[in-house]
Amino acid sequence: MAEDSLIDWSKLTWIEPPVMGRQDLRDLKKGIDGSFRDFIRENGEWIENIFEPLKWILIKFEHAMVGMPWPLFLVIVAGLSYLGSRSWKLSLGAVLSFILIGWLDMWEGTMATVAMVSVATFLCIAIGIPIGVWMSRSDRVQGAIVPVLDIMQTIPSFVYLIPVVMLLGIGKAPALIAVMIYAIPPIVRLTNLGIRLVDKETLEAADAFGANKKERLFGVQIPLALPNIFAGVNQTIMMALAMVVIAAMIGAGGLGTPVLRAVNNQYLALGVFNGMAIVAIAIIFDRVSQAYGKRLQKHREGGHGV
Amino acid sequence: MSDLKVQIKNLYKIFGKNPKSMVKHVEGGMSKPDLLKNHGHVIGLNNINLDIPAKGIQVIMGLSGSGKSTLIRHINRLIEPTAGEMIVDGQDVLTMSPDALRDFRRFNASMVFQKFALLPHRTVIKNVLYGLEIQGIEEKEAMERGQKWLERVGLKGFEEHYPAQLSGGMQQRVGLARALATDADILLMDEAFSALDPLIRTDMQNILLELQEELHKTIIFITHDLDEALRIGDNIAILRDGAMVQTGSAQDIVLNPADEYVTDFIQDINRARVLELNSIMGKKPAKATALKLDKSMVIDVAMQELSNAKAKSATVVDGNKVVGSVTMDSMVQAIARPDGEVKGIDSYR
Repeated sequence: MAEDSLIDWSKLTWIEPPVMGRQDLRDLKKGIDGSFRDFIRENGEWIENIFEPLKWILIKFEHAMVGMPWPLFLVIVAGLSYLGSRSWKLSLGAVLSFILIGWLDMWEGTMATVAMVSVATFLCIAIGIPIGVWMSRSDRVQGAIVPVLDIMQTIPSFVYLIPVVMLLGIGKAPALIAVMIYAIPPIVRLTNLGIRLVDKETLEAADAFGANKKERLFGVQIPLALPNIFAGVNQTIMMALAMVVIAAMIGAGGLGTPVLRAVNNQYLALGVFNGMAIVAIAIIFDRVSQAYGKRLQKHREGGHGV
Repeated sequence: MSDLKVQIKNLYKIFGKNPKSMVKHVEGGMSKPDLLKNHGHVIGLNNINLDIPAKGIQVIMGLSGSGKSTLIRHINRLIEPTAGEMIVDGQDVLTMSPDALRDFRRFNASMVFQKFALLPHRTVIKNVLYGLEIQGIEEKEAMERGQKWLERVGLKGFEEHYPAQLSGGMQQRVGLARALATDADILLMDEAFSALDPLIRTDMQNILLELQEELHKTIIFITHDLDEALRIGDNIAILRDGAMVQTGSAQDIVLNPADEYVTDFIQDINRARVLELNSIMGKKPAKATALKLDKSMVIDVAMQELSNAKAKSATVVDGNKVVGSVTMDSMVQAIARPDGEVKGIDSYR
């Protein structure tokens, strides 16, 4: 192709992009690394202490789940699936999936993964919904938080694993944080969106009847935003499950660890089995939470739309 | 109809970046297009003064964009004014603290909305109970009151339905019951029946008039429909471009329109159904005729009476007292449109 082109670009030296001096660049990187290391040296301990309760919750929960007799777990799964979806088929499918998972000897890993995803989702909801509500109340807050969410969703997970591991080392707590960084944006976004989409006239009616801020929020805004908020919960669960393998790299344990082992040693069956177990959990969580979200919108049914 | 309930004094609402500084221009008589062109501000309400008596239905009428919905939202301060006073029961709503305003909205003024604005996630009965809940009324009592109002608007048996399952007319009945349940003595109705089809609208007007006969609330009713205004309004105020053009009773407005805008408005109405004998009768007859008609009878009923009795004229009475007389001719004259309009392009052919 070079001989075909009219201009020999390689002769034009000025067309090279300007580059920082090699020495300067090295100093810059060193400087950043050094100051972060200093920061950790000075603050690492109390930061680690902050996350201590998180680790404690996760480990307790995981122990409880792994230690639980398997029939009890199946009863709980069936019960929750039915409560969420009101569908016998779905509940039966969930129970059969877990029996199959146990039959293929992935019970412990599955329990660890379910525990991790449950705790991560719970914390994302507990943190994400208030942030979403806060965003919905002020355009300035929204303007500040949206770019942060954009970064959290697009930055390659491996990149934020580095500072998390530097701060907290390898283990359950950093893995949980890595999962949450990835999984929290949808719940925040959809809470914000859901509240902003609440019909202005309905809100005006609440005002006209003298509702105060609290009555507005809990009586009108959140109930009417619930379908959207629930779509956010569903997305958060899915994203948390998507992080299982990556989180296993920094000590999450669960179904991700055998997958990593399978990649390193080319164990096809091991990889596929554990991968399919993750998929099965994802489908169960997704269907149940979606069915529940749909039931929340029961009041929208009827011949006369408004 | 004695004491004043609501007094609106020199009320201005200007939309834009710096509305306060625009008041002096508007006071100086700058028109809506000029203010928009030269200062980039829009006049919402221009020096509104209106005295609203207690226990009557005050209609505020105007075409879309005339500021009527803005005006009604100033009464419970859903919209902040630029300048002026809104005196309700001797108190200026516009200077109330947030707490006092909330109490005012909870206990003194309730509202019915054009698009119903029901809470879609609550059942019908829960919607009716909404105001009571916010008032902090104990559940059992609230339930009784809510149930009563739901029955009054004819929706017994629909308690557990959701608003989306009801027709528009039924939804607005829920809206009306919700507003009445709070026992507020001011009822603000913002184009409450405009979204309903004509038959249902008449139906709702009847319900409202029936309830009013017993409740004697101060009702402020916004509409763009003159027939509706004439039918239910004890007093009518006409707005145009944010300014008050004319206020008066239905009779006043039909017989003495203040300007061309109002004349345009009234030219298509059925005068026979609006005008009462009272406002068209001639002087007392020398000798009372056999046929006696009440002074508040409207013309179309009176004509029927005359026709049925095969009489040419009738005596108008107020109770037992003779107050005037009407003839078939005088009534026909009264319902004919004023000169020039008869040959108007929109007459039926």
